Amino acid sequence: MSTNQEKEVLLSVNHLEVTFYNNKKRFRAVKNACFDIYKGETFALVGESGSGKTTIGRSIIRLNKTSDGDILYKGKKINGKLSKDDQKEVVRNIQMIFQDPAASLNERATIDYCVSEGLYNFGLYKDEADREAKVDQALEAVGLLREHKSRYPHEFSGGQRQRIGIARAMIMEPEFIIADEPISALDVSIRAQVLNLMNKFKEERGLTYLFIAHDLSVVRYFSDRIAVIHKGRIVEIAPTDELFNYPLHPYTHSLLQAVPMPDPRIEKSKELVIYDESKRDLSGEKPQLREIRPGHFVFANDREMAEYEVKLKEMEEFKKANQ
Amino acid sequence: MENNNIILSVKDLVVKFKVRDRVLTAIRNVSLDFEEGKVVAIVGESGSGKSVFTKTFTGMLDLNGKVTNGEVWFEGKNLMENKTDEDWLKIRGKKIATVFQDPMTSLNPVRTIGYQISEVIIKHQGKSKEEAKKEAIQLMERVGIYNAEQRYNEYPFMYSGGMRQRIVIAIALACHPKILICDEPTTALDVTIQAQIIHLIKDLAKEYGFTTIYITHDLGVVANVADRVAVMYAGQIIEYGEVEEIFYDPRHPYTWGLLSSLPQLGEKGSELFAIHGTPPSLFEEIKGDAFAPRSDYAMRIDFEEEPPMFKVTDTHFAKTWLLDPRAPKVEKPKVIQNLHEKLLALTAKGGIYGEH
Repeated sequence: MSTNQEKEVLLSVNHLEVTFYNNKKRFRAVKNACFDIYKGETFALVGESGSGKTTIGRSIIRLNKTSDGDILYKGKKINGKLSKDDQKEVVRNIQMIFQDPAASLNERATIDYCVSEGLYNFGLYKDEADREAKVDQALEAVGLLREHKSRYPHEFSGGQRQRIGIARAMIMEPEFIIADEPISALDVSIRAQVLNLMNKFKEERGLTYLFIAHDLSVVRYFSDRIAVIHKGRIVEIAPTDELFNYPLHPYTHSLLQAVPMPDPRIEKSKELVIYDESKRDLSGEKPQLREIRPGHFVFANDREMAEYEVKLKEMEEFKKANQ
Repeated sequence: MENNNIILSVKDLVVKFKVRDRVLTAIRNVSLDFEEGKVVAIVGESGSGKSVFTKTFTGMLDLNGKVTNGEVWFEGKNLMENKTDEDWLKIRGKKIATVFQDPMTSLNPVRTIGYQISEVIIKHQGKSKEEAKKEAIQLMERVGIYNAEQRYNEYPFMYSGGMRQRIVIAIALACHPKILICDEPTTALDVTIQAQIIHLIKDLAKEYGFTTIYITHDLGVVANVADRVAVMYAGQIIEYGEVEEIFYDPRHPYTWGLLSSLPQLGEKGSELFAIHGTPPSLFEEIKGDAFAPRSDYAMRIDFEEEPPMFKVTDTHFAKTWLLDPRAPKVEKPKVIQNLHEKLLALTAKGGIYGEH
């Protein structure tokens, strides 16, 4: 479903299904997810908790088993059964930054070990001096000092711990990083620091990010394209500006509307829109993800598609009138 | 800050904690008056003391914490004279109730939802079991639980996060408190649920006529709920004012920094403004303006002497030497000038809050 042929597709997710079983009860956490991530872009997955956004991220790095569909990394299938060497390759190239920096670091290991663990596992260093140089470099890149190496995770603040999390992902020299809510657990004044750091790496090393988040204000600043996910189903994919200017799916709309704006006059005159699927008209054949404008996909059937087209026109006219 | 309808008045409060033989000063000389019926939002990052500050109103400080100075006046009594738990029980929950961040830990997992609500009604209002059940179900319906009668006998784990927070609010309201302290009530919830809970608290405040103290670090939430805003940094209130004054005419460099680092104001491709450094350690004595080492506007005096609260308008105060008549005139950073116009431009395009 690529529309821009010039861009190189780095990761392609096709008809992905993830199912969990609990006492024979089936739960489909991800339903028929399809999307491409191009090299060098930041692709955001947005949705509320339980929507399956983290599950998608985890199945890409093989932490969750997939029950159907393909995940292709540079055209090579990376889900399902893989040879040991291939598995290693995936784990090295794709790194993950987790939400809670305190929980993802080993409490009883020094920062030196935490950061170089990946190097040990893959034997990615020539000798001890080489390893040390690499660790120093990684720490310096995230704004930490060499003398921090001998300290333990609890001696650092939340923002610093998240930098350590980033440092140990970066030391593997990955091409693709999955950032699962990397700033949700951080303080407001620290968030900007971490975002700037991630942007810096993207520019310097041509990284590609899958950014998993629920905060749309951050996503708007940080990502190139956005996929909105609701109850395991991707309901809308569009470039950032397009999505914010022309949200089509009612869920996207309610999500955008729910984000509080830091402006009292706007906030105090805002009305609450609640998305209730049971109150929607779901008649017609089964909906699927369709392209309504170049690069803008929405989950709809024929009837809804017609409605969205009318809506899109209205929005365009409204914009023209307001310019 | 003179006003006749002051419901709670804090004077020169100092709170210290003993941590591994060291003394941490969490609240450093804070005075604040809360007006009846107004929503006051307390903003600050973690460790700024915003939770500790409100915990003193209900005597819920951890055991190693102590109020070493100051008074909290409520209904003609200085609450800091309360010694025993019995004294506090007359206030805590009954007059001043708190809704905490995590609804799972504030509910008892092995008791039914119904029991936990009616328990409070029986204890505080002295009603019979049947009456209490009736009132509990009414309350549950009021906070937006469908099939309240049926769900009365369910356990907390059968409720979603948002529903649990609604129950916690119902319990808090069961005694008709005068003041409701909401300590980050929506931080653990999704944005869509957050919007609903905020809305609910606002409606209930009107209906029950309680005064709300809202603790949060999310400036978007503040903009939505607050009448007054107090910005806290390193255990002090550094700026206080009407919500529009804080957003459109902030005076303290820390408030400037907070507003400037909002991702909404960031332009793609350019760096987001970040306050450099980290907050000071509260174990050590802080000299001068606590924010000075991180401030781009610090003057020499900021490192030497603590600034007093300067008055900007009758309702707006800020604790920074920049407001001293001798200080050079400094304008707030460019990013946050015309804040309203900038944010409006984001919305009016038919985008974020598209009016369709």
